[in-house]
Parts: sequence; structure tokens; C-alpha cells
Amino acid sequence: MLLAMNNFAYTQAASTKEATAAKQADKQAAFIGGGTTLLDIMKANIEQHTLLIDINRLSLLGIENGASGLRIGALERMSDVGEHPQVVQNYPVISQSLLASASPQLRNMASMGGNLLQKTRCGYYRDVAFPCNKRVPGSGCPAQTGDNRNLAIFGTSPSCIATHASDLAVALVALEAKLTLENPKGATRTVPLADFYKLPGSTPHIETHLQPGELITAITVPAAAHARKSHYLKVRDRASYAYALVSAAVGLDVQGGTIRSARVALGGVGTVPWRVPAVEKALVGKAPTEDNFRAAAALAVRDASPREHNKFKVELAQRTLVRALLEVVA
Amino acid sequence: MDSEPQFFDQPGGYVGQPLVRVDGREKVTGKAKYSAEFPLPGLTYGVLATSPIAKGKIQRIDTSAAAREPGVIAVLTHQNLPKLAKTPNDPQGKKDIGAPMGFLPLTSDEIFYAAQPVAIVVADTLDHALHAATLVKVTYQAAQPIASFLDPKAELFDPQKVQDGKQDGHTRRGDAKGALASSAIQLTATYNHPVYNHNPMEPGSTTAHWEAPDRLTVYESTQGVTRTQSALTAMLGIPREQIRVVTKYLGGGFGCKGSCWPHTILTIQAAKAVNRPVQLMLTRKQQFTSMGHREDQTQTVQLGATADGKITSIVHTKTSTTSPWDNYAESNSKILDMLYATPNFEATYQLARANVMTSTFMRAPGEAPGSFAIECSMDDLAYRIGVDPIEIRLRNHADHDYSTNKPWSSKSLKQCYARGAELFGWSKRNPRPGVTRDGRYLVGMGMASASYPVHNSQGTARARLYADGHAVVQSGATDLGTGTYTVITQVAADALGLPPEKIRFELGDTNLPTAPNSGGSVAAGTVSSSVYMAAQDVWQKLIKVAVVDKKSPLFKAKPEDVTVEKGRLQLKKDPSKGERFADLMKRAEMTDVEGMGQGKYGSGYETGRSGSPAGPNNNTDTAGEHSMHSFGAHFCEVRVDMDLGTIRVSKWVSVMGAGRILNAQTARSQIIGGAIFGIGSALMEETIRDPHFSRYTNADLANYHVPVNADIPDMTVEFVEENDPFINAMGVKGIGEISMVGVAAAVANAVYHATGKRLRDLPLTPDKVMMAGLAS
Repeated sequence: MLLAMNNFAYTQAASTKEATAAKQADKQAAFIGGGTTLLDIMKANIEQHTLLIDINRLSLLGIENGASGLRIGALERMSDVGEHPQVVQNYPVISQSLLASASPQLRNMASMGGNLLQKTRCGYYRDVAFPCNKRVPGSGCPAQTGDNRNLAIFGTSPSCIATHASDLAVALVALEAKLTLENPKGATRTVPLADFYKLPGSTPHIETHLQPGELITAITVPAAAHARKSHYLKVRDRASYAYALVSAAVGLDVQGGTIRSARVALGGVGTVPWRVPAVEKALVGKAPTEDNFRAAAALAVRDASPREHNKFKVELAQRTLVRALLEVVA
Repeated sequence: MDSEPQFFDQPGGYVGQPLVRVDGREKVTGKAKYSAEFPLPGLTYGVLATSPIAKGKIQRIDTSAAAREPGVIAVLTHQNLPKLAKTPNDPQGKKDIGAPMGFLPLTSDEIFYAAQPVAIVVADTLDHALHAATLVKVTYQAAQPIASFLDPKAELFDPQKVQDGKQDGHTRRGDAKGALASSAIQLTATYNHPVYNHNPMEPGSTTAHWEAPDRLTVYESTQGVTRTQSALTAMLGIPREQIRVVTKYLGGGFGCKGSCWPHTILTIQAAKAVNRPVQLMLTRKQQFTSMGHREDQTQTVQLGATADGKITSIVHTKTSTTSPWDNYAESNSKILDMLYATPNFEATYQLARANVMTSTFMRAPGEAPGSFAIECSMDDLAYRIGVDPIEIRLRNHADHDYSTNKPWSSKSLKQCYARGAELFGWSKRNPRPGVTRDGRYLVGMGMASASYPVHNSQGTARARLYADGHAVVQSGATDLGTGTYTVITQVAADALGLPPEKIRFELGDTNLPTAPNSGGSVAAGTVSSSVYMAAQDVWQKLIKVAVVDKKSPLFKAKPEDVTVEKGRLQLKKDPSKGERFADLMKRAEMTDVEGMGQGKYGSGYETGRSGSPAGPNNNTDTAGEHSMHSFGAHFCEVRVDMDLGTIRVSKWVSVMGAGRILNAQTARSQIIGGAIFGIGSALMEETIRDPHFSRYTNADLANYHVPVNADIPDMTVEFVEENDPFINAMGVKGIGEISMVGVAAAVANAVYHATGKRLRDLPLTPDKVMMAGLAS
């Protein structure tokens, strides 16, 4: 395993159109925002890009909170969004998920769009000496019977059990956020984040539904009572700067002692951010009690398929979920 | 001179004071030069290409693509690297070199461990070398590796010796098994430890410069320039004086820089091949597989005791992973043998070979895991008979060293318990485990004893005092970053009667007087004693000048009647008669006077060998009549979230009795650093080896977790004042390792007290804690 520094070309895009066109023209090109994932991946020789298209000059900024919801430019930095008063107040789960991510230095660099596309921390993916279907399709998945303590129990396949690493994505999936994507023709489309990610199946190297040249330009989050009363809880091996063993993003709208709506997603356990509609359905109409939370949380892990070293996540996921729900009604 | 360096304890003295680091400004302004920061003319850059597989053979190496890259000067493999006079590949060679590993990569086509170097690429820039290294195409014939002693294919064996021959594979004192069988209380516990990596902030690096075909200078990231020089002398077959090794600053070592590892000699050979200086710095990933590690291991303690908790016997076994060539295991048993009044003791080491590189000493080698086992088992014993954990330790206090049957040179363990308990608030502890709550958290208090030997060591120093009141002091020691520059400057200041800013202390160069490796906690004691002795040599020379100088007030005095007080030579009986050294030297037209000193040190576990502490009239211990150890106690409070399995250390107290403390500030920092090192090993550190590939899956600092600030509370450190007349001229015991001994046990004991769950598999990560709760 080497630290590689392969040659690449670098260009600064002046417009979204210029950026997407350049990307479409070169299959080996990559957009670079904060670069906090990309440079690691390139140095580890996991991806070899011949062209980096710097998108930092594009005007994909803005954190706007309106009656219908929140709109965040894709190039906003994690720290700016995480500390934004409107986000803190109206979307605490988003703020908390951001501030529980990485380190302050990384959060100051990393962009929101880039965060959603960050690569898994699976140790087999990160070391080119190992086989890995995500990195080299068809080469195998040693994680299935190897070091899988940190890996997924939901959405896995015989090809891949790599955990999706983003905290932010878990919060956004819970709140039914949407992405605005712009293609090289200048056309935009809107995709629910939950539909943006692909399960690994037999093609774990294809992680999203992004089309060639498409760029994430904005994130929108609908306003909702359950967004204002929301919480992100992350359990990890150390107090800061560690990926989630399990995390839970929850939002509840409780009125008159009854849960009117609930949003629940789990992190650190899925090959994609793992929303659990069964739990949400079970919570609605119930009183926000620990017993009810517990009963609902049990539904979250019905489909779990743990491996040798991550069985604990089945239990920990339920407990994390219950604790997050208790925090939000506390 | 007087028998004690008393001037160190006088008002206005610098020793012991919290002097700020003399190298602090250099470091924070970037002027301090680490070993990969010497921009030699014509410097080139080396990068290692390494094996993806852990076992097999190289069938073919195609270097053509790499060699064609711009800037590439050479691609060196086992086929074209210059041959060495000697390699460590045979036992005699290994011994002559003092090599940590009985195999040198690039000497054959065999692959024994994952990430073994297979080529070294040299280019004009680091980027070119990095890129070209990815283009070295190697075809392997892969075989199924063995990953650890736990591998079903691994074969366990009983080594005659472990730890490079320093520890017997089996030791007995009394009839341990018999005594155990007839003991009223018998406790058996098994403790499991993962692989740990040292991970100093500065990875290993070498800058090799052949100044002539037979003259070499190496800027090396090492804890010992002389040991490196010795290894290179043997391997290169050129005279020692032709090899200069320089280490001006070190970004941590923790033991992994205590030996000369393969990348060093490969860089030197590459420099020979390209006839230009070559600089190589290991990548962080390579750091995990280039300079050893603490081996994965399991150990079982069988403890026999009387009904009132007095130990009758300890039987200890350890099984661990070693490399294909060496029988290395850190010697856990030593601390179990000596820490308590144990009348019968037996220890057995078992090894299995696997496809890993040889493990090596890592901060408190042996004592760190050994203390985890004994100190958790002592806690078990305390709960078993229902006494306080401190009380059980007092009942088993060793008033002499049972392992050697010798008296201690000094020991302040009881004071450490008492003061630690007071600072910590131990009396508020509810004796019942699992019942103290703070909201959601279970709160627990735990403690553990600490001990570390004062290893045999010796070194030399030179002091040159100038008539104008400046001095240069030199010793070829290394400063790991812990403060050697600073504390030795303080010692020299007091010994020469000058303010610290008038003294330049130089270290880290084989051109300077020889000092031992900075390892095993010996640097502070050995170097400070050497410098003290060198200063005495200076004064003795000046006294001789004074007593024959007609113009001196000391003319015709007997040299033994003269003493020196803060730079003033004066009569012992009539201090009014005397003069400043500067006046004497000016009159005598001396620009400077130079003294040499040899500091000897300790006898720790090595009693029986010469231990002779130095000092003209110092109490000597030439036959090793004393057992010499530091002692201490750690106190830990944790808050455990049993539902989620998270543990937070919420309070910490360490109290140490470690002889004379040279600098209150750097010593405190070092104890804090060691305690954090131990907390990391207790709660989160772990290098994970894939069971099928025998290759690490988390060899980076994102996934090999060391504590962050948020994991660490305010920490309280105190030292018990100790005056040990037997250790060395300065009475310094050293604190580099004892700072982490017992730490993991203090944490685990606190977790037990909080939760009622005894966790013996390190690290205590949330999954283990949560599952332990589930098991109830």
C-alpha cells in the first residue's frame, strides 16, 4: 500500500455549466470542493483522476430558511451550516449531525455536497492491497468474513457490506431532504436523497443515481414540526473524530401527548443512510413513552443481517434509537 | 566534593523548577530540524514499494515502467541493491547488529509479512518517487498466511527465551502450583490484548549521506544515535568512526525508534547505489508495518491467597504472536513477580509464529500488559474478601523485592496510595460496585499500582565552562520530545552555577560523548548524572589550578578542603575564603576548562550485573545489592453509559515516587502523556489484522483511535519527594514508562466498580461494554 501522487490536471470552473461539461467530457475527471475525501482517496491510489474540476468558485452558496423549508447551497461548508442559527433552531438534527462529524478542521473545509458523496471507511476499500468489489468490481469482499465490526447490517449484499459514512445524510434522509442536480445541458432535477443512493447489490461500485456530468447544486429540506423537534445521537469509539458505530436521527411532532408524525433514520449500520418507516409508522398515534419507543425500535432491526463482529449493532441500534427519541422529548 | 549534589536543593536552584522548554521557541517557529528536514545538496527521495500479500514468493519484478517515469533515478530491489557485509538473517548476524528483527527485506524473494518492502524507488522529488513506486509491478506466488496465535493453523511452542534472550521462557520461584492448590482463595482470570502500534507523531525517517565511499552521515529518527551507529557498523562493515548518526529532534518514539529497522539500512544502501543523499520518510500506513508493534497476546493469572487476602502464589501464562524468525514477547511476568509480597511464583511464555513482522518494545514493555493482569486480579481479590482495593494492596505490600530477595533502594508506594486517595477523594467511594449513579451514568472509581524498574545504564557527557560565564554541555542522548534538552540544561545550570540561558546543551549526535538509548526510562537519570559528573570534573580541575595559584585566596589549600558554591570556589570551613571561577580563569589565562563525566545508573531487574551508581562519594551498589524501581498509583473515575456502552474518564489522579524530579512542568506533562497513552490502550487503541490476509485493516489515524481532547478530563499529577542514594549521582529514576503502567487496570477497575462487570478484553469499546450488560 502506497501513498500515491499521480499526475492530474486541474481547472477552475467559472460556471456550473462549464464544470458539468468538463466532467462529462472526461470520464476520469472529478469535481473538487473541500477535497477532504477526494485527496485521501487519490493519495491512497483508490481512485486515479486525470482532471480535477474545482467548483469552489461556483455560486452554490446560501443557507435560506423559509416557510416551506430550508435550502442549502451545495458548497456551503459543514461548519457554517452546523452553526447557522436557523439550522440550529429549526433543524437541530442537521446541525447536530454536522457537528458530530469529523473534526473542526475538516468541517471548515468540507462542503455539504461533498459530504453526501464521501466514501466508505471500510478498511478493505481503503487499502488497494485487498480485494474489494466496490473498488475493483468482481475482486471479492473479504469484509464478509473478516474485520466487519464497523460495517453494515442493513442493505448488505454478498458483494458488499460497506457502511455509508456520512452523518449528515442520515439526518437529511430522516427529514426527507431533496437534492437539486444540474446536468451538462443546464437542466436541473430534484431527487429525494433517499432515492439518490443505491444499495450495493451486485454493483457496489455504483453508489448513486448521479448521471454523467451531474452536479449537486443544492439541498432542500421541507419545514416540519418533527424537524424542529429533532435530535442526532452518535455512538462511537471515542468522544470525537470517529465514525459512528451506530447513530440515530429522529424527529417527532408530539401534540397533546400523542405523536403526530415521526421521522427515524439510522447511521453506521446501513450500506446507505437507513430510514426505518416501520418505526415511524409504529410511533404515530402513540404516547411518547420509553416503552413505546422500545417497541417501535424493535421493528427497526427486523431486517438486520449482521456478520461475525457486528452483531452488537442489532442491539445497539435499538438502544441508540430509544435514547435519541427520549432525548427529543426530554 | 560532598557526597550529595546538595546544591540542587538550594534556594535559587533550577533543578526541579518548572522551567519552560528551552527548545519551545525553536519548535513552534519551525526552526527545530527533524531528521527529514536536512536539505542536503543533491538530495533525492526514497519511497518503499511494499507487498500486498503476507506470505509467498516474488516471481517477477518489472521495474521498467517505474524507471521510465520522469525524475526516477533508481528502482532498487533484492536483485540490484548493494550487498551488505552482514545481515540479521542469521542469528549471529542479528546479534552482531543488535537488530530487532531476524530478517531484512530486499535480501531475498520471499515474502513473510504484509507490507514487507519489495523495492525502494529513488527520484528527484518526493512526488515522483511516490508515483513511480505505484508502478513497480511485482508478480507473486501467494501462499496462505498465518495471522496470529489464534489462527487454527498456528502452532504453539514453548520458547527457551523470549524478548531477545532477556527473559526465560519459564521461571519458577518456590512451589507456585502447589501453593495455589492449597490456597483458601483461588482466582483465575484471562486477559486479552490486541496489537498496538506506537504511532509517534513523526513517522520513522532516514536521510543518508555518503560523504565519501567509506564515510556516512545519517540523519535518523531514532531514540539512540549510538545504537544505530553500532547496527550500521556491523551491517556496512566500515569502521564506527566513519559513521555519524544525528538526531536533533524527535517527534516521539515510544520504543519503535529504539532499534535500527529495515528502512534505515535500505535508505543507506539506496544512497550508496545512486551516489547521492537519499531521504526516506515512512508513510503513516507504512509506520504500522515498519518499526514493530506491541504483540497481540492473551495472559492468564492464577492467584492464590489466604482467607484474609494475603497472596500465597501467582501462576502466570502468556501466549502471543511472534514473527517467522524471532522469539519476541514482552516480559509481562516481571511485574507480577515483584509488585507484591508473593512467596511463590511461576511464569510460562508460549509463542506461535505468524506472518507478521517482529514485535518490539513499546512504552512499558511487559509492565503495561502485565500490570493490567495483576492489577485487575488484585481488584478481584479485594472484592472477593470484601476489602478496599487500597487495603488489599497494603496487605500485600512488598517491603523488599520478593523476586530477587533484595531490599529496595527506595520505595514510596504507600505514600502514593495515601496521597492519591486524598487528592482523588477515594474516601467518598461506595464500596459496593454498580450502585453509584449520576443521571444515566453509572459512576465508578478504580485505582491501580504502578511500578517500573530503574534499568542498568551508563553514559558520558562533556561540560566546557568558559571564563566569560557561558558553557557548552554535550551528550549523545536523544530528546524524544519529553524535555531532555530542558532538564539537562537545568542540571548543568545548577552544577556549573550559571543561569540556564548561559548554557547550550547539545545532544543527538554520535560525535558527542556516548549516551545510551533514550528508552527504558533511563535518559533523564543517566544523562543528568553524566552532566553532573562532568561539572564536578570541571570544578576539580579548577580547584587544582586555584590551590597552586599564589594570587588565589585558596593558594596552598588542600583540594579536598575546597568546595564550589554557585560558581564560587571556597573553603568548606571558611566560605569567606574563595573566589569566582571567572576571576581564577582570567588570571590563569584560561579561555575554558573542560570536564568529562560518566553517569551510571540503576540495577532494576538486572541486579547481579554491575549496577554501580556513580558519584565520587556516592553510596555505591556495585554488586547490585538493591532492587531499584519507581512506584506510583493511578486513580480513575469513569462514567459509564451502560445502555450505549460508552465509557468516559471523568477524573484522574496519578501520584508517583520516582526519585528526584528535574522539572516539575515537563515531568507533569510526561505523566499526563503516559496516562493518556494508557487510557487509549484501555478504551480504544487496537490494530486489527485480517484473519485471512494477515494484513492490517485500520492502519491509519482515522481508524486507529488514540484519545482526543474530548476523551480526557483534567488530570492531577503529584510526585512524592524521594531521595534515593543508590540509583545514580542525581537520584533520578525516570518517568517515561511508569506513567502508563497500571493505567489500563485503573480504568477497568473503575468500570467494574461502576457497573459490576469485569471486562478483561482490551480495548473496552462500546460493543463489549454494552454486551457485558446484556449478559447479566
